[in-house]
Amino acid sequence: MNDLLVVGQSVVRIDGLEKVTGAAKYVDDLEFGPGLLYACIVESPVAHALIKKIDTRAAEALPGVVKVVTGADFPYKFGLYMKDRYIFANERVRFVGEQVAAVIAWDAKTAARAAALVKVTYEELPAIFTPCAALEKDAPLIHPDLGKYAFVPWFFPKANTNIAHWRKTRKGNIEKGFREADLVLEDTYTVPRYAHCAIETHAIVGLYDLSGRLTLWSASQSPFTQRNVIAESLAPLGLTHKDVRVVTPYIGGGFGGKAGVSMEIMGAALATVVKGHPVKMMWSRAQEFYNTYQRQGVVAKIKMGVKKNGAITALEHTLYWDAGAYVEYGANVVNAAGLSATNPYKIDNIAIDSVCIYTNLPPGGPYRGFGYSEFSFGIESHITRAAKALKMDPVAFRKRNAIKEGDTLPYGAPMNANGLAEAIDKVAAEIKWGVPEPSRDPTKKIGKSLVLFWKAPAMPPNAASSAFLKFNEDASLNILISGMEIGQGLLTVMAQIASEILTVPMTKIRVETPDTDRNPYEWQTVGSHVTWGCGNAVKRAALDAREQIFALVQRVYCLEKDALYLENEQVKCRTKPEFALPLRQFVIAGIQAEDYTYKGGPIMGRGVFMPEFASAIGDPETGQGGHPNVHYTTGAAGVILEVDPQTGKMKIRKAALAVDAGKAINPDLVRGQIIGGLMQGFATVLYEDMRFNDKGKLLNPNFSDYKIPTALDTPDEVVPIIVETPQPDGPFGARGIAEHTMIPCAALIANALEDACGARITTMPVTAEKVALKLNPGSAEA
Amino acid sequence: MTKTTITFKINGATRTVDVEPSDVLIDVLRDKLGIKSPKIGCDRGDCGTCTVFLNGQTVRSCLVLAVEADGGDIVTLEGIGADGLTPLQKAFVAHNSFQCGFCAPGVTLAATELLRKHPHPTRDEIKEAIAGNLCRCTGYTPIIEAIEDVASAKRPTRKSKQQTPKRTVPRS
Repeated sequence: MNDLLVVGQSVVRIDGLEKVTGAAKYVDDLEFGPGLLYACIVESPVAHALIKKIDTRAAEALPGVVKVVTGADFPYKFGLYMKDRYIFANERVRFVGEQVAAVIAWDAKTAARAAALVKVTYEELPAIFTPCAALEKDAPLIHPDLGKYAFVPWFFPKANTNIAHWRKTRKGNIEKGFREADLVLEDTYTVPRYAHCAIETHAIVGLYDLSGRLTLWSASQSPFTQRNVIAESLAPLGLTHKDVRVVTPYIGGGFGGKAGVSMEIMGAALATVVKGHPVKMMWSRAQEFYNTYQRQGVVAKIKMGVKKNGAITALEHTLYWDAGAYVEYGANVVNAAGLSATNPYKIDNIAIDSVCIYTNLPPGGPYRGFGYSEFSFGIESHITRAAKALKMDPVAFRKRNAIKEGDTLPYGAPMNANGLAEAIDKVAAEIKWGVPEPSRDPTKKIGKSLVLFWKAPAMPPNAASSAFLKFNEDASLNILISGMEIGQGLLTVMAQIASEILTVPMTKIRVETPDTDRNPYEWQTVGSHVTWGCGNAVKRAALDAREQIFALVQRVYCLEKDALYLENEQVKCRTKPEFALPLRQFVIAGIQAEDYTYKGGPIMGRGVFMPEFASAIGDPETGQGGHPNVHYTTGAAGVILEVDPQTGKMKIRKAALAVDAGKAINPDLVRGQIIGGLMQGFATVLYEDMRFNDKGKLLNPNFSDYKIPTALDTPDEVVPIIVETPQPDGPFGARGIAEHTMIPCAALIANALEDACGARITTMPVTAEKVALKLNPGSAEA
Repeated sequence: MTKTTITFKINGATRTVDVEPSDVLIDVLRDKLGIKSPKIGCDRGDCGTCTVFLNGQTVRSCLVLAVEADGGDIVTLEGIGADGLTPLQKAFVAHNSFQCGFCAPGVTLAATELLRKHPHPTRDEIKEAIAGNLCRCTGYTPIIEAIEDVASAKRPTRKSKQQTPKRTVPRS
């Protein structure tokens, strides 16, 4: 594969020009004319209550108001993996900020004014804000009807409890593993909730036209999933899939927050009551914090047995997830963690319990890392502590236990090919592991750490990708996919794959964002799986087009198909060197035969990919027997951290991350993911923290109080490292890498802090304040 | 509410619009004039994605009342690149500086202002200049490096002097 011309090159993004000129359009930039209506929701001020009465009269009387709707108007459930939500709260509210009603008006200000006039009478119920409280015997039930909900076959909800799903993974003999151990180490790690903080908030415009066609312009990572979930939920209104069209222009960041369906379903429902008028709903920054998916909090109890020689003999890992008021998506985060919470280590005796627990906080859901960022803090902290307890070098300990190709995964299937060992060595060399780093400032201390990570795409076993590819008269190409450009560079990478096969230059390829009416199916752009899945579909579409080209040339020119190849946008023939047929001569117009007739016609490629080896069904008690994950991407990361023991302030001197991309189709885009993902990960451990009051109200739903990093917070040096151990079923050997880059960050900081100052912090975030108090215990009272 | 008529220059064109006293500039630009590059990310001055030039200075257009712009001269990203890509825009493309692109208009204006005031900033000065523009995707490094590239190319050699683009924002 050394002769690749485009794949493996750091070409510039094909959407770069649109983005630097301001030409790129996002949902709120689209024009809908003077008929556009605006919607504003009425929010629950309480965390848990029965809705006794909703009085909409005052709101309806306000001039400019077109319609007021409540939950009673849409008694339809929805959900991706478990149908546990209504479009608007029906009978009961379960978190502060939940939508109870909505006002549609001729302008946004009137809609907001009218929403404040809707009077809702609540009967408050006891609320639960921690997973542990939700598990207590007499805890109030947040979903008394849990036993009646529809859910996917790999979930195990416990009716009449607050447990929405319990993923159990058992391998080997856990008791025997602990008996064999020379040392057993136990501790608990807690991780709070986090917000995605895409700079664009959620936005939806819905138009239910007079013919009964519903079109949605959605800021979403998941156009087809939205169409499916919305069409299913609104089926009682007579809508079918063909009647629902989802258009997704560029989105201003996703990070999982714009996966699945959240507020968008309200836009769809509201459109149906104002037929013929587009209706727009935009989330405010505050709503973006408290009424979209949040990253779930988790309490992780870890018990690990190790031998003196450094072997891990047993791991018991129990994860209690604060999944929030609805778990229709978040329960699958819990599931993913439950399958993989060993991290990339070969451990023969395992007991993982990943428990999805309802609380009266906003719904949890997908966030870059999908459970792995959350459990990595505990397990990677624990690994370093176990190594130190054995007086072993933490990197040597990791290398000894690192998983290898063919090793048995927690659920029984074999581990895929991977370059984990190479990643460890490269990161260790980059941060000069084992070599003490002198502090430039005597008042500050320096620590180092190195941790491992892995992650598999979490998706249904039949998550499919597809692609159409069509030639234009000049042999330029349009590629139609429904993988979503969310900033990662998907459009560019898909163009590179097609360019490589068809020899059409990048400047002649257009790939645009999806429209479910025009573009073929893609499940969702999540799980870092589209380079692999959608890439396979595009590759197959390009090969299909090439096959059509060769078949046509063979038919007209009587050349052996096997001797044909493409070069510089021409068909050439190995047995007839003088033959050179430019693509532009025939890919639309066909080829003129000797009798002056034309053969062929427009060349259009079609490609479909589904991981046919995957299965989500294993034994419910052990998780053994299925093949729920298609493959894991692995890697290692390291930091050199400077700590001021007086103030607790930390500065990252250097961060290095090596990820096994299989094949980096565009190395610069891979490096972009590494640099950006590290920053997002470091932010979760150093600055960010969602704070709720004792009534479940989020206290910091804005960027003044919830600090995300600025340019001043960048590490002094970031070294992205690409490892390439090909993924056999990936396009040109590629696998996804994007989420992975933030996963190791929390444990990196916690471990480097301990290395620097001896302080071990087991609760995230690891803020300067927390470090200062830990290192200067008397100062809190002073 | 009483409407007020205001007139200002926007990307070189003189426009007159009726606004309410409470209307903010970003909404007038986006909804009444179709200028879509400034975005709304937080609506309270935290994120910088609504940045525009008002009388040669960058402002958060979500914090400026439209009436304050009466008689003013506004330039947005649409105006910056109207005569072709600036060296800064070219550098952003070459460095794959942006991912989702939502912060790009604000960052570009902040960096443009920096390079006008300060043709040869240090890396720390670059960071400081764009610190009011939040980006969640990139970790900022590819943005900083692109600005550095332009700044180093702008060193006052005879060649680069000839290439200095003419100012698109007239001084007020």
